[in-house]
Amino acid sequence: MRIVILLLFSMVSFTQIHGQCRLNLKGKVLDYHNKTVLAGASITIYGTTISVISDSGGNYEFTALCPGKIELEIAHPECNTTFLPINIEGNTELDITLEHHLELLEGVTLFGADKEPHATSVTSASVDKVVLEKYASGSLGDALKELSGVSSLTTGSTIVKPVIQGLNGSRIVLITNEVRLQDQEWGSEHAPNVDLNATDRITVVKGSGALKYGGDAIGGVVIALPKPYKQKDTLTGSTLASASSNGRGGVLTTHLEKGFANGLGIRAQATYKRFGDFRAPDYFLNNTGTEQIGFTLGGGINKFTYGGELFYSFLKNELGILRAADFGNVTDLVAAIDSPIPPLTGPFSYTIAAPRQQVTHHLVKAKGFYRFPGLGKLTAQYAFQFNDRQEFDNRRGGRNSIPVVDLELTSHQLDLDLIIDTKEKITWNIGINGYAQENFASPDTGVRRIIPDYKRLGLGAYAGMEYAISDDWNFDVGTRLDFSQIDAQKFYRTSFWEARSYNLDFGNTVVEDFGTQLLTNPVFDFVNFSLVAGLQHQLSKTMEVSFNYGLASRPPNPAELFSEGLNQSSLAFELGDLRIDSENSNKFSLNIAYRSKDDKFGLSVLPYINLVSDFIALEPTGITTTTRGSFQVFEYVQNDAQFFGVDVDLDYHFLNSWDYTSSFSYLRGTDVTRDEPVINIPPPNWTNTLAYSNPTLRNLKLALKSELHLEQTRFPDNNFTALIVENNTQTSVLVDVSTPPPAYHLLHLTSSIDLSKTPGNIVLGFGVDNILNTQYRQYLNRFRLFADELGRNFSLNLKINY
Amino acid sequence: MKHFKFLLVFGLLVSIASCSDDDDTTPEIVNEEEVITTITVSLTPVGDSTPIVFRSQDLDGDGPNDAMVTFGTLTANTTYLGTVELLNELEDPAEDITEEVALEDDEHQMFYTPINGAESSIMVMYTDADDDGNPIGLTFSLTTGDAATGNLSVVLRHLLDKNASGVAEGDITNAGGDTDIEVSFPITIQ
Repeated sequence: MRIVILLLFSMVSFTQIHGQCRLNLKGKVLDYHNKTVLAGASITIYGTTISVISDSGGNYEFTALCPGKIELEIAHPECNTTFLPINIEGNTELDITLEHHLELLEGVTLFGADKEPHATSVTSASVDKVVLEKYASGSLGDALKELSGVSSLTTGSTIVKPVIQGLNGSRIVLITNEVRLQDQEWGSEHAPNVDLNATDRITVVKGSGALKYGGDAIGGVVIALPKPYKQKDTLTGSTLASASSNGRGGVLTTHLEKGFANGLGIRAQATYKRFGDFRAPDYFLNNTGTEQIGFTLGGGINKFTYGGELFYSFLKNELGILRAADFGNVTDLVAAIDSPIPPLTGPFSYTIAAPRQQVTHHLVKAKGFYRFPGLGKLTAQYAFQFNDRQEFDNRRGGRNSIPVVDLELTSHQLDLDLIIDTKEKITWNIGINGYAQENFASPDTGVRRIIPDYKRLGLGAYAGMEYAISDDWNFDVGTRLDFSQIDAQKFYRTSFWEARSYNLDFGNTVVEDFGTQLLTNPVFDFVNFSLVAGLQHQLSKTMEVSFNYGLASRPPNPAELFSEGLNQSSLAFELGDLRIDSENSNKFSLNIAYRSKDDKFGLSVLPYINLVSDFIALEPTGITTTTRGSFQVFEYVQNDAQFFGVDVDLDYHFLNSWDYTSSFSYLRGTDVTRDEPVINIPPPNWTNTLAYSNPTLRNLKLALKSELHLEQTRFPDNNFTALIVENNTQTSVLVDVSTPPPAYHLLHLTSSIDLSKTPGNIVLGFGVDNILNTQYRQYLNRFRLFADELGRNFSLNLKINY
Repeated sequence: MKHFKFLLVFGLLVSIASCSDDDDTTPEIVNEEEVITTITVSLTPVGDSTPIVFRSQDLDGDGPNDAMVTFGTLTANTTYLGTVELLNELEDPAEDITEEVALEDDEHQMFYTPINGAESSIMVMYTDADDDGNPIGLTFSLTTGDAATGNLSVVLRHLLDKNASGVAEGDITNAGGDTDIEVSFPITIQ
């Protein structure tokens, strides 16, 4: 710091002494690869506060420079910051080329606004703000389905978890605001706590390539990024209101931000969302209403040599769970499957009754960075998260207001990250992450804890480099080592403890014997090693090929170890196993991308193989009989699994105002230990969109989207027989919980038009989802046995920028 | 309240940042509150005082152990007055769930269905009603016919549709709702 001040001082005095400071320096900022102009790059004379920003044509200009040696620091949100020493002898013209970020450890493909394809060895894809706004009233999982290879695992229509190339839950690492989201991600009916409306862009890394955030992303990484703070003197904001006919609700979201020329920026954002019961084509889906309140507050300073940020976000979600999916035993399950219209279907209501979930998430982040001259950028970040999940069921004895699940998860994270990017061809990235986490399961529920109290500690270190071998060859490699410990305090039923022979293997963990229950203190340590390596080659001006290998290793989550009983709205007993160990994945992916010289046609093909050893899966193991009747039992087991798939994307721009895009995904998952298909693999799907846009006609945009989902023909047979009373006789009935629903096809329409003279200031949008009101069911909806998916929906939204 | 708690927790954690590793408190034991471990159906012949008892007791609740079932023999062509008692014996003293059901009688109904050969030899009539005049089934009468063997299926449904066809007469087919108890007692009529 002192050096900077000294430099500043000497520069000022130097300027004062010299009277000859009338020289100009100007030029363009260009992309290193394709020489397109880069707007918004900031160019600073290092050691001073003299700074300019390149305009929309990429032009920059300094005036009143003194002769002599200076060093320029050039920064752009999508590029590595570079330093350029030059000698000013007269008026100088200098074009500066910047290289786009390679994405190695961050795993972020930072697409420019011009959709410039930038393949790197890690395959990834992004959803930008324009698309996100279409999903303003939806969820993260809904929006990500725009991307090929990304689908969703849903519970009804409101709880949506993203699935990347067939994998979900703890196999996906979610990053919001550069912080790894810590919520109860292990539950298949637990949606990620992310407010889509606080996000500017979401990138999905289809693999473990973002080692900076963890080495356990066997499925992939989802990175939700907010907009960078404005760095000029400005006050802006926007408000988006959206109303939907299905659910008779909508969303209101607004943000306001103030930027200062000195690099300070602050922003506040808030969202309110409310929906009543959604409707399938023929009936209401009773008790599927939702309410969401979210806000974020943030501020920071962003200079070239240093910066910092403070950020807070709050999100509260209340979700109703389909009334028809709330039942007890196998008899009820059979009745629910057999009824074409869910029983107890009633009129529309806004009431969110039991069963329901109420989840609150707080996130506080403090971040600072400093750029060491000649070395690189060091970032330190601390984040605190508090997640409170409450689940309510229909209970007896006036207990409806007492949750059946009440979990409080408190997490602290500390990240240190150093990027060494001052060398021209090699960029290094090293860092460490540490976290401490505590889960508290309230005993006031009157229900045995589904997940016990535990403490979790973790320490990880990573290092990676990317090397530009030549103009058309890039190489990257990274590795990471993680140590983690889970220290739980769990009560086991003595009968369960002994039935699983835990008394033989884990007898020493028993702390106290309460007769019918045992208090135990299992402590497990895990060491996980991960690796990513890739090669990228520009074959020609139009063809690019990249190959990536990722080794990822994930320790088991608390559910896999400790789960015992019925989760909310699950059909079966789910039993964890203390003997479960880490699962490891070896993923190989290839990306072949073609883009025509005129940028009008693009095609990319992404085949991949993911070999997972000790894949943790739920396997049906039988039927258990209780006083409540009988239930199917699933246990977590570890088998080897293989996933083969391909994602194909195509886009074609024609007749000046038409765009055709198409994406196709196919995936095959096999449990090789049991020689049968893996459950819940998304069926092949093909999406085609035809869009028309006319900038001269108030920026009119129209798009028709067709979605075809085939029937999943590869599925494990988890059917079972149950004794059901039929015609006054107990008979064995085969309960089909395995067969996937048939193929379906949907059509959607979106449109928008500017109401203001200035493009984009006031935009009106209109859309129709499921235009044909098609009745269908999705394989990856946990309620597919009980109710249809949503019917037709008209939506209207208005966006105002100011 | 939650927000206050959060602020408190956060403030505390920030101030003592790294020295909070010594709060090894023992978690409180939870005894399942709503589980019905024990159902006892008592059938007392009219004019007699000694009931014939059918009981299912599952002291580990949803645990792996099966319920212990006791049952008796009914006399042919006899009318019995029936009562049912529901207990949660995981709590100490045992919680009487029958009372909870009686308090929320509009949401609950017991079903007694003779099956597996007993259907023509047993007739069950409800002898109680909730405020809407619909049966609850905490008391009932059971009349036997000729000698037979089979089972008596005893079911408690929660949040059912009491107005659905046949439900008031004890036919469970259209009742809906979720099952809180489902036990099948072996029955011998001689």
